[in-house]
Amino acid sequence: MSDINELKRIATQVRRDIVRMVHGVSSGHPGGSLGCADFLVALYFDVLNHNPKAFNMEAENEDVFFLSNGHISPAWYSVLSRSGYFPVSELSTFRKLNSRLQGHPTTAERLPGIRIASGSLGQGLSVAIGVAEAKKLKGDKSLVFSLHGDGELQEGQIWEAAMYAAANNIDNLISVVDYNRQQIDGTVEEVLSLGDLKAKWEAFGWNVLEVDGNDMAQLLNTLEKAKNEAFHSKPIMILMTTIMGKGVSFMENDHKWHGSPPNDEQLAQALNELQESLGDY
Amino acid sequence: MKQFEVRQRKDTRSGFGDALYELGKESDKVVALCADLTGSLKMDAFKKEFPDRFFQTGIAEANMIGMAAGMATAGLIPFTGTFANFSTGRVYDQIRQSVAYSEKNVKICASHSGLTLGEDGATHQVLEDIAMMRAMPNMTVINTCDYTQTFLATKAIANFNGPVYLRFGRPAVPDFSPQNFEIGKGVLLNEGNDVCIIATGHLVWEALQAAEQLEQKGYSAEVINIHTIKPLDEDIILKSAAKCRCVVTAEEHELNGGLGEAVASLLGRKLPLPLEMIGVNDSFGESGKPMELLEKYGLGASNILEATLRAVERRTA
Repeated sequence: MSDINELKRIATQVRRDIVRMVHGVSSGHPGGSLGCADFLVALYFDVLNHNPKAFNMEAENEDVFFLSNGHISPAWYSVLSRSGYFPVSELSTFRKLNSRLQGHPTTAERLPGIRIASGSLGQGLSVAIGVAEAKKLKGDKSLVFSLHGDGELQEGQIWEAAMYAAANNIDNLISVVDYNRQQIDGTVEEVLSLGDLKAKWEAFGWNVLEVDGNDMAQLLNTLEKAKNEAFHSKPIMILMTTIMGKGVSFMENDHKWHGSPPNDEQLAQALNELQESLGDY
Repeated sequence: MKQFEVRQRKDTRSGFGDALYELGKESDKVVALCADLTGSLKMDAFKKEFPDRFFQTGIAEANMIGMAAGMATAGLIPFTGTFANFSTGRVYDQIRQSVAYSEKNVKICASHSGLTLGEDGATHQVLEDIAMMRAMPNMTVINTCDYTQTFLATKAIANFNGPVYLRFGRPAVPDFSPQNFEIGKGVLLNEGNDVCIIATGHLVWEALQAAEQLEQKGYSAEVINIHTIKPLDEDIILKSAAKCRCVVTAEEHELNGGLGEAVASLLGRKLPLPLEMIGVNDSFGESGKPMELLEKYGLGASNILEATLRAVERRTA
């Protein structure tokens, strides 16, 4: 297992990247990106068995990750570049004309690390299951991971996929929900309550784990536990409680920062709270 | 007029099922997904012989399309099977983002298209699917006319890298088409000089009947089968249109957005000529027997014949 302090340092740099990227183009989604920074760092710098230097679409004998809530692309782009998939300098092109770093992730620009487009919500779990089935068919013992927003669970396709995965023992799949309880129009509770989410996933036949997604030590332990519980006939769901906007005090727990960029003054304040650790792009 | 031997009367969907079974034998990369319509799609033989490569998704088409995109990502060649309505309108956004925009090698195979689905009525008779799939970037759109062509098309798309929408149907129809198939290449079925009939799907046979009747009236029709609606074989259409100086299109689909509009767009840009279009005129279908429905909605051989006479008249006017 990696050094926790090192992972935290990387996560802080990822957070700097996120606020600078959305500020640089005055658009994008900082809230969920900041909340999921710790998870993505844990995944890419510790958990995944992957090969950043030689990206391969089919990923045979490699773990794969699918970002279903594609709007938190700033966090993913930062983590992909910082783990070696493409040059960190390219982060400055985010959302600009002729960039490989589209507003929402795409394969169309051939950006290494991305295996499917996402943005229109609810589709990534099905895709992850498809890859998981393909791995089973090939006798490939690597794992498939996916990340989803909690608001995204309002999409019906998620529950089609949830049913399929349990009914067909897709146990090489570890899915994660970013449970920050915020969505565009307000709190998830106000917009459309998810009810007892743990009971729902358990009733659908999944092995459900819970974690504080902004606690690096807990994240590593829970992801390790999930890996150990894989291949035991059930798909695994990690309900990951996070704070939207985590790491930037004035953005925390406020759904207004779902899709709004900081202005110059706010950027300065945010960067003041986030210590540069790996060097800005 | 060239005579076509009717080898048998058989449904196009059986051509799909039989070819899928052969593909299963030829390549272990070929996998099949079905949303609770295995028998209707004639996928039973594949399912029985290759149970590990057959995925029953239940009545959950969105998940089926997403899974197919995932399987293609991992290097498999997935064929999805359900009715045309549930293969397109129900899953348009899943196809758009996870398949077409993501350039996944998924073959969306759709049976029971058009009015000839018959008694189930308008809820199931999708007549807009070609329009939807034609509008989508990266998508190849094929509508086959008989058993043999569907068999050959199914085999051809397995060797083609990219998303494909393959449209076929339910009823037993004459099996007459040539024993060769190339994606994107129209088939010149009959040579003629007075009118060019461009037909796709089940209406190809109707077009041949119309051409025969037209001959008795002293005109000769060129008949072209356009099975690949996108990309459109512009050369074969322009060549024939230039010779005949008027065109009739025929399809079991809405006039809006179908083969006829694709041809109209081509002629408008490159060779403006009198054009008559046979198709459903901005309406839903209804219950009935396949041939009764073709007649009621103006898609039968007699309707195509009338359209050719109108086109010829406009040409000489």
